[in-house]
Amino acid sequence: MSSGYLFVLRGFFCLIIKDGNLSLSLRLLVPRHSSNGDRTPDQEQFNQRVFPRFVSVCPTVFLFPLCSPLWMPSPALNTSSSYWSRPMQVFTKTKSEINLFFNLVCDPADVISTVEFNQTGEFLATGDKGGRVVIFQREPQGEYNVYSTFQSHEPEFDYLKSFEIEEKINKIRWLPPHNPAHFLLSTNDKTVKLWKVSEKDKRAEGYNLRDEEGRLKDLSTITTLQVPVLRPMDLLVEASPRRVFANAHAYHINSISVNSDCETYLSADDLRINLWHLNITDRSFNIVDLKPENMEDLSEVITVAEFHPHHCHLLAFSSSTGTTRLCDMRARALCDQHAKLFEEAVDPSRQSFFSEIVSSVSDVKFSHSGRYLLTRDYLTVKVWDLNMENKPMETYQVHDYLRTKLCSLYESDCIFDKFECAWNGTDSVIMTGAYNNYFRMFDRASLRDVTLEASREVCKRRAVLQPRRVCVGKKRKETDVSVDSLDFRKKILHTAWHPKENIIAIAASNNLYIFQDRLTPNGHHNTPEIQSAM
Amino acid sequence: MAGAEGDDSLYPIAVLIDELRNEDVQLRLNSIKKLSTIALALEVERTRTELLPFLTDTIYDEDEVLLALAEQLGSFTVLVGGPEFVHCLLPPLESLATVEETVVRDKAVESLRKISQEHSPVDLEVHFVPLVKRLASGDWFTSRTSACGLFSVCYPHVSSTVKAEIRQHFRTLCSDDTPMVRRAASSKLGEFAKVLELDYVKSDIIPLFTALASDEQDSVRLLAVESGVSIATLLPQEDLEDLVMPTLRQAAEDKSWRVRYMVADKFSELQKAVGPEITKNDLVPAFQNLLKDCEAEVRTAAANKVKVFCESLPEDSRETIIMTHILPCVKELVSDTNQHVKSALASVIMGLSTILGKDNTVEHLLPLFLVQLKDEYPEVRLNIISNLDCVNEVIGIRQLSQSLLPAIVELAEDAKWRVRLAIIEYMPLLAGQLGVEFFDEKLNSLCMAWLIDHVYAIREAATCNLMKLVEKFGAEWAQNTIVPKVLGMANDSNYLHRMTTLFCINALSEVCGQEITTKHMLPVVLKMSTDQVANVRFNVARCLQKIGPVLDSSALQAEVKPVLEKLATDQDMDVKYFALDAISVITLINGHAVYDSM
Repeated sequence: MSSGYLFVLRGFFCLIIKDGNLSLSLRLLVPRHSSNGDRTPDQEQFNQRVFPRFVSVCPTVFLFPLCSPLWMPSPALNTSSSYWSRPMQVFTKTKSEINLFFNLVCDPADVISTVEFNQTGEFLATGDKGGRVVIFQREPQGEYNVYSTFQSHEPEFDYLKSFEIEEKINKIRWLPPHNPAHFLLSTNDKTVKLWKVSEKDKRAEGYNLRDEEGRLKDLSTITTLQVPVLRPMDLLVEASPRRVFANAHAYHINSISVNSDCETYLSADDLRINLWHLNITDRSFNIVDLKPENMEDLSEVITVAEFHPHHCHLLAFSSSTGTTRLCDMRARALCDQHAKLFEEAVDPSRQSFFSEIVSSVSDVKFSHSGRYLLTRDYLTVKVWDLNMENKPMETYQVHDYLRTKLCSLYESDCIFDKFECAWNGTDSVIMTGAYNNYFRMFDRASLRDVTLEASREVCKRRAVLQPRRVCVGKKRKETDVSVDSLDFRKKILHTAWHPKENIIAIAASNNLYIFQDRLTPNGHHNTPEIQSAM
Repeated sequence: MAGAEGDDSLYPIAVLIDELRNEDVQLRLNSIKKLSTIALALEVERTRTELLPFLTDTIYDEDEVLLALAEQLGSFTVLVGGPEFVHCLLPPLESLATVEETVVRDKAVESLRKISQEHSPVDLEVHFVPLVKRLASGDWFTSRTSACGLFSVCYPHVSSTVKAEIRQHFRTLCSDDTPMVRRAASSKLGEFAKVLELDYVKSDIIPLFTALASDEQDSVRLLAVESGVSIATLLPQEDLEDLVMPTLRQAAEDKSWRVRYMVADKFSELQKAVGPEITKNDLVPAFQNLLKDCEAEVRTAAANKVKVFCESLPEDSRETIIMTHILPCVKELVSDTNQHVKSALASVIMGLSTILGKDNTVEHLLPLFLVQLKDEYPEVRLNIISNLDCVNEVIGIRQLSQSLLPAIVELAEDAKWRVRLAIIEYMPLLAGQLGVEFFDEKLNSLCMAWLIDHVYAIREAATCNLMKLVEKFGAEWAQNTIVPKVLGMANDSNYLHRMTTLFCINALSEVCGQEITTKHMLPVVLKMSTDQVANVRFNVARCLQKIGPVLDSSALQAEVKPVLEKLATDQDMDVKYFALDAISVITLINGHAVYDSM
């Protein structure tokens, strides 16, 4: 019997908007052969046979910045400035019109800093270093199109402490659906904001004192009162800030997480975790405080914090020492004392100068079931059972070949890169990013893994998205990439997996790639067959 | 002609209507707040057919506009044509009851509850109940949460078949998927139970209560506690044990501190609801546990309830219960590790003395007071001091005064000025309790020392304190003890202290009366008009203006006026200004005085 994995990755689609030829049609990735489900023990052969090779039909990469009227350059600027090239395409979405531009130079402000699907997967939000949030909506045909873009945070200056506050969006979290509008929290280093993204399709008409063009009417003609009437108009998507949660963090906010009770959320900085009520902006409760009385005694910082998906009282936070702690908010108001500590004993023989740096946890994700924790450190991803604290259930090497290169990675600061990780909808596959625009997937049932590449060079029209292989030493095949030729500037830090379907979003610098699982090559949308791993 | 006249009167209304959708939120808000004016001008027919449909669709506005709209619609019945047409108000309120903003939804529900009273029983079934059902089965949790608050207002007035449907809807909401709706249902459970027939309370509400009280989300469970209290008041005594107590007992021992906190917070209501027998058997041990809880927040809430709990114990066994069960826990709390627990206890512990009587207070409570008076946290000490009056009635303050004094002195000299400020505010109370003799001997010097504190707020409070002391002890006491010291400061080398003299005179002149003011204070003030610091000089002018009404007119004419006139020619702008100001005020008073004497 085939495992779910065979189907999970088969026929991934790639949805890309490319600068040269910007069209939003889907690129189909046709599996070269379908798997019959039998496994061979040979890892490489397995990869070749099981992991589908994706064929791109027409490339579409979402290249940032995507311009909406919000920060669209004026037409004059458009024609005169070489920075902004001519609009590639003005396309009319079914509901609203958004102009798309592209930019040949990658402005640092356009680098994507977070990617997040909403609870239904119908929407995908990205935040970038320029403080902008772009929301994509999935069209009925399956492709994601720009739905709304807005400036969430602006650069600020803290005059008391004399430092700049960047506008970079560190995290985005969607709130569970309230009503037809959509709500999300976005945060930079200091301030969390709650945004409402809503649609408006009616407009009031009929003034008493003015005509429809806005000219004042002759007062003597007014003999009766007129009540305005609402008439349909073109759909307008508006993003409005609903709440600003500020002034609660002395250090940089690294995570936000909405509680399953839907009325509270947490925000975590390097040393503290605060609990907020979504309706109350002027106070928050400190629930974890790691700040020692003397800052010289500081031994660890909080790297990520997340609430349990179902139990409103459980939260997990990880630290730079490689531990992850589970706190029970029922037990005490202050959660400085943890309920559980997930930590793997380190083999003293493998200790080195870099041991602590590479063990720092850069991301923590609860599985959808709530039973497992996924943690990412520099070299591995680990799956922990909440009931077993002393060692992880599974450990997957993401790029073990870098173990010998830590020294140069340290010098280039790459060793401090914070890679994120993601579960698929059924918790059977794990995805995380790596260098050279590679990203890795691990199937938990079969323990197989694959390396894929998200780059515009590879995602050419009708090109096959090949599984990649990094080799240490001599190349065995032409497609193999030697460790020494990896480009450490191209890294995939932010990834997200659709909560139900096999759609993944990969952010590489200022490109957003969306790959989609399609079973039929003719463009019909089939629900991907997902089976839970056996 | 009539048409032209009509234009004029229509114009303001036309502006209001147009501003309903002005770009400026403030103008829209103003317009919404005058919605009744618009409706009045449009008259009932057009209000119903044009204005209300427009309002029903304008739910995209800012929260504050929607909030104002929801509030307005609650009192709109007359404007749509009276109770007969009140159902016209339901559509706009229904759409407001589904917006995401909690305050707007709550206000819409409040208005709906209000206008439900104006529905006839028939209208209620034809219009109102269907609305409640629509909200209760809405797609979004916002509408379902709003529905929870509406069941109780329509239930009593509808037929039994509709009643059964309403109960069914409520049951469904209690097991809703989203915690938000379960929370809303949980918080309205008690209210709904109150309007239900007793049999249905037992058959319907109790299982719902039990289920909500063991919900997986502690935010739902904690709301069930309060409902449990309301339900307990409805049931006859003999059913309480079987139907409610197991759940409440479980809540008091819940794993989540927030639930236990809620039990502690609602303990006195609970005590009232279950009656004396259950209190003795169940609540006393539960209360003991709460006082010993491992979470400081819970202990704080419980400590706050110590006095009320003890007061409401059945009289026959009150003293034994307190002495054997409660007091041991209280003793432990006095040396708790958490300052909030101790300060909560300190704010109520003195109240126990009236319940326990003199002997027990002296033997058991007094040592605790003394420990708390020496507590390391100023708030604890302050709370004890602020409640001294309770003890005074029972055992007299002398017993405490020996320990009281060091505590007061320490607080008076605390490094934090807010602490010093707090103790100053208790000074008049203390003076009243301790008597003039004790005060003169021990506390007077403190009061004077505050006058030269380096924080302005303290000096200001000290000035005010002197006034209150004089009100208590009388003018003669002031003349002998305070006034000389205050006036002495007029020669201080620090101009801030010299100004304090003036501020004190401002405060004291009225309570001290004309004689002391004219004889002792005025000369000093006048002398200070030649001070070399301009700030002092203009404060002299202000002071003269202030004490002017107390002085008689001859003194004003002969002494005050020349000085003010001289100050009015001062080189300093501000001195001039205040001097001229004072002259004009005093001339006015003087004029009145002359007029009065005629």
